Amino acid sequence: MSAPASNAGYDEWLDALADGEGYALACPDGHGSLPPRRVCPECGSATLTEEPLAETGTVETYSVVHVAGPRFADDAPYVNAVADFGPVRLTGVLRGVSPDVDGVDVGDGVAVGVEERATDGEPLVVFRPAGGE
Amino acid sequence: MTDARVAGVGLTRFGSHPDRTGRDLFATAALRAFEDAGVPREDVEELNYGNFMGALAEHQGHQAPLMAEAAGLNCPATRYEEACASAGVAVREAVRTVRAGDADVVVAGGMERMTNLPTDEVTEGLAIAADDLFEVRAGVTFPGAYALMASAYFDAYGGSRRDLAHVAAKNHENALPNEYAQYRREVSVEEALDAPPVAEPLHLYDACPITDGASALVIVSEEYAADHDVDAPVAVTGTGQGTDRMALADREHLARTPAADDAADAAYADAGIGPDDVDVAEVHDCFTIAEVLALESLGFFDPGEGIGAARDGVTTADGDLPVNLSGGLKAKGHPVGATGGSQIAELTRLLRGDHPNSGHVGDAEVGVAHNAGGTVASAVVHVLEVAK
Ligand SMILES: [Zn+2]
Repeated sequence: MSAPASNAGYDEWLDALADGEGYALACPDGHGSLPPRRVCPECGSATLTEEPLAETGTVETYSVVHVAGPRFADDAPYVNAVADFGPVRLTGVLRGVSPDVDGVDVGDGVAVGVEERATDGEPLVVFRPAGGE
Repeated sequence: MTDARVAGVGLTRFGSHPDRTGRDLFATAALRAFEDAGVPREDVEELNYGNFMGALAEHQGHQAPLMAEAAGLNCPATRYEEACASAGVAVREAVRTVRAGDADVVVAGGMERMTNLPTDEVTEGLAIAADDLFEVRAGVTFPGAYALMASAYFDAYGGSRRDLAHVAAKNHENALPNEYAQYRREVSVEEALDAPPVAEPLHLYDACPITDGASALVIVSEEYAADHDVDAPVAVTGTGQGTDRMALADREHLARTPAADDAADAAYADAGIGPDDVDVAEVHDCFTIAEVLALESLGFFDPGEGIGAARDGVTTADGDLPVNLSGGLKAKGHPVGATGGSQIAELTRLLRGDHPNSGHVGDAEVGVAHNAGGTVASAVVHVLEVAK
């Protein structure tokens, strides 16, 4: 891989998520989005404020990935999920469940944080069952 | 406004050609299109060329002039990139150029070379059609993204892996007589169900293969065809394009594709027709669930109702609305940047009556092509009609 470049806005967001202080951006109409943003992607408003994510997210969909790219080779099989955290949905890897279709359900509650990718130690958005593990 | 006509189509066999360069693949398709059209190369005024991952696969950027040269053209040449909808956009811009009177003859199509890369690198290459920061770094693969949509669909509307397996079986059966198809082999519903998982709920036969190939179309104005005695019985009467939020998680509904709704609405309005007028369709079935979502966006079924279309025989070769008579991306193959052009080429052959599956749609006059990029953050729809 090429040398890690910094991605201003995203890197700070990931650091905050790792510190348990994850946030989304919100416009006055309440549309949520993820940084970096100069305008709300829904309505174009340039007035964006940071809003905390919900403590617990809800799994809206998931898949069990068996065939992974090189950066996730040692992580597979893993559960990929999209979870609703209030102002926005997040996409991440769900750990702490068995990686099969019966190991998780739509509607499950999850917490979000940042952990290391098994393959190369790079930071990864990770969900874990809420209140468990 | 002049009518845009398809004067000729050219395809390579879709499949595994790991030793063939992209320039050789595209030249093959282009030369076949010129021969089919009976239009001299000197008359071509523009080349619109689709390609997605050539910079990764062949370390080759700036491909449009290279492909013009390979096809023996000396004219303005532009590469279009919209992930899996790259050639669809290239065709759309050719149609708009001809209709606007800016050119009488435009070549549109595309090429992708993929099998020269190891599978894990192709997986990573295809993933770049998703949002790098919020999806790819979070483990989303191309099949994984459609698996997320399939799960969301099952949760919202019901349906099962068996319904999807019927889509795979149908498209494999359609590919049997198609000389350009990658997999001319039957796959049974049970075989599809028993195949190894890729990204559950999707298994191997829910996914299109990794494919090399190229497509080319010669698009001409109605006047050019008349003046030069060019036989071009199929007109592109409608074109539409739509865009959605890039990341799946940002979409309003995880099991719908509104970019394709918008593209279809625009294309139907342009052609002055509606979904009930369509006789045959080629849709973007990169995964079986994608065909279901396409049928709903094209207005053939309400949301949540398209899942049973193949199982119930509506979209099979002898059904009311045959879908993917070419074999689709699923069995014909999906050389990403060539696919949108290939769909128009197959529809043209079907409507002209010279496709091996034309017998299933003998009286067909209206066809629709649906080409999607990524998880349908981009979509292009075209309406083709037998010219009156
Ligand atoms: Zn807003």
